[in-house]
Amino acid sequence: MSEIGFFSFPGAGPLWLSVRLATITTMVLILIGTPLAWWLSRTQSRWKSPLEAIVALPIVLPPTVMGFYLLVVLGPYGSVGRWWVELTGETLTFSFAGLVIASCLYSLPFAVQPLQNAFESLDNRDLEAAWTLGASRIDAFFSVAVPQSARGFLNAVVLAFAHTLGEFGVVLMVGGNIPGETRTISIAIYDQVESLNYGAAHRLSAILLVFAFVVLLFMFVINRRWQRQ
Amino acid sequence: MNAVVNNSPTVGIRYSLTRGAFSLDIDLEIPMRGITGIFGESGSGKTTLLRCIAGLETRGTGKLVIGGDVWQDRTRKVSRPVHEQEIGYVFQEPRLFRHLSVQRNLEYGQRRTTIRHDAITFDQTVELFDLQHLLDRSPADLSGGEAQRVAIARALLRSPRLLLMDEPLAALDSARKNEILPFLDRLHNELQIPIIYVSHHIEEICRLCDHLLVLESGRIIAAGDLQSVLVRLDLPLLSGEEAGSVIRGIVSDYDENYDLTHLVFSGGELLVPGRIGDTGDERRLRIRASDISLCRDHPKHSTMLNILPAIIEEIQPATGPMLLLRLKLGSDRMIARITRRSCDLLELQQGDELLAQIKAVAIRN
Repeated sequence: MSEIGFFSFPGAGPLWLSVRLATITTMVLILIGTPLAWWLSRTQSRWKSPLEAIVALPIVLPPTVMGFYLLVVLGPYGSVGRWWVELTGETLTFSFAGLVIASCLYSLPFAVQPLQNAFESLDNRDLEAAWTLGASRIDAFFSVAVPQSARGFLNAVVLAFAHTLGEFGVVLMVGGNIPGETRTISIAIYDQVESLNYGAAHRLSAILLVFAFVVLLFMFVINRRWQRQ
Repeated sequence: MNAVVNNSPTVGIRYSLTRGAFSLDIDLEIPMRGITGIFGESGSGKTTLLRCIAGLETRGTGKLVIGGDVWQDRTRKVSRPVHEQEIGYVFQEPRLFRHLSVQRNLEYGQRRTTIRHDAITFDQTVELFDLQHLLDRSPADLSGGEAQRVAIARALLRSPRLLLMDEPLAALDSARKNEILPFLDRLHNELQIPIIYVSHHIEEICRLCDHLLVLESGRIIAAGDLQSVLVRLDLPLLSGEEAGSVIRGIVSDYDENYDLTHLVFSGGELLVPGRIGDTGDERRLRIRASDISLCRDHPKHSTMLNILPAIIEEIQPATGPMLLLRLKLGSDRMIARITRRSCDLLELQQGDELLAQIKAVAIRN
């Protein structure tokens, strides 16, 4: 098991991998999810509802189903996977890059929905005021819409991060169980249980349990504080 | 209908827009100096017109020319985006950004302005609107009147070449209104840019505006300088209870004993209650049509302070109990409301010379 310097307890590797995966996924999701959520919150297009349904799919779909389709698409003979092999010479499945793509799709609704809710509750009149004060559309978005949607961004970041950290089914299907590459913390727990190492499983599970609780507590406290203002 | 003020550059505004049963069709020019009031009932298209000018209404066709510069001409595909038009917009509600302090709100437009025209500095603006003690506050902690003052100052700091004000006092109660009006007076006196002021309160218009446009169902039905539009007898909108005229007078004396100010205008001298200015100051007076009565001979005993000679210029044809008359006093004009019965009893005719008993009310300016 490859361990990273300052973490040296058993299971630190998978934990670190999970944190890395969740961080990168969250960053990508904010970048992609923000324009998508903005479009969904503003559009009158007839494509709005179908797109919303697609975004929400990962919430109801069993992770194995999503993982299976991703395996097919991302695999070396799949439409995306083939292209990736040509480009990089490596396969997407059973790699960290593949995991990032899978996690982004899997956690998409957890980033898009809070952002969309925040953007929908924005007062258009504030944006108009910003334009008449000399702000371009982009400028008004960053100087008025984003700060006024801070709560939505916080919720999106926390939910996307936490949800990615806890994923199991999709990772198992797409990434397998390669130490340092695709063995995330939830896979490691499964592994330890399979090998009847209940002690190690306990430790890792406790870490995730405490983490999940702290994250949710933090979010509820912040939300409550903002609500009072 | 066009209100053309010759020999001076103007703001040319032409818009047409159809939205369901409502249509707006405007072609007008307003002077580059002073406040132009747009008066009309709710639903007459006042706000829509302002939104067209600001570029917030993208439907319809139109043209906007400011002092010779074409800012919008939708037929020739000239269309500046909203943020590139140097137009200040004061909305009915303050629309302050709640995530920014008052100071940052004020700076928002200023920081985005590259070309500064009639440069009014940040400090001057803060002083003009008495905002010093509010700068560190959050918009949530302001009263309605304070917030609207910040909103007006914020629009000014954007250094606009045209300022649009959409009923900025409509959302305020009368106490708050009276708190803001003096600041609008100052704006009028100290600012060199054209202002379009929309309102359905004729009192506000009389106090603040120099020019007046009357809007009805999306059409301009009257346009011109304030005083001459107010004394037209053919505008039902201005013939109601609120009918009245405005004249300008120069303070000539103050009677301390009775607390009365003497003002001189082209038709003579008027006495107005209270001390409304120092000798030499120009003041606006509003004279409601129902505050004028007429008599053939000089009444020996009357409680009316002001009895001045007047000539009947026009009598409104009417069938109801009341009618309006336009009077000429010197070179000024006033309108009076009397009963049709009195008009017949006194056999009033166009051109008659008689005496008008007048109660005048000063409006600060």
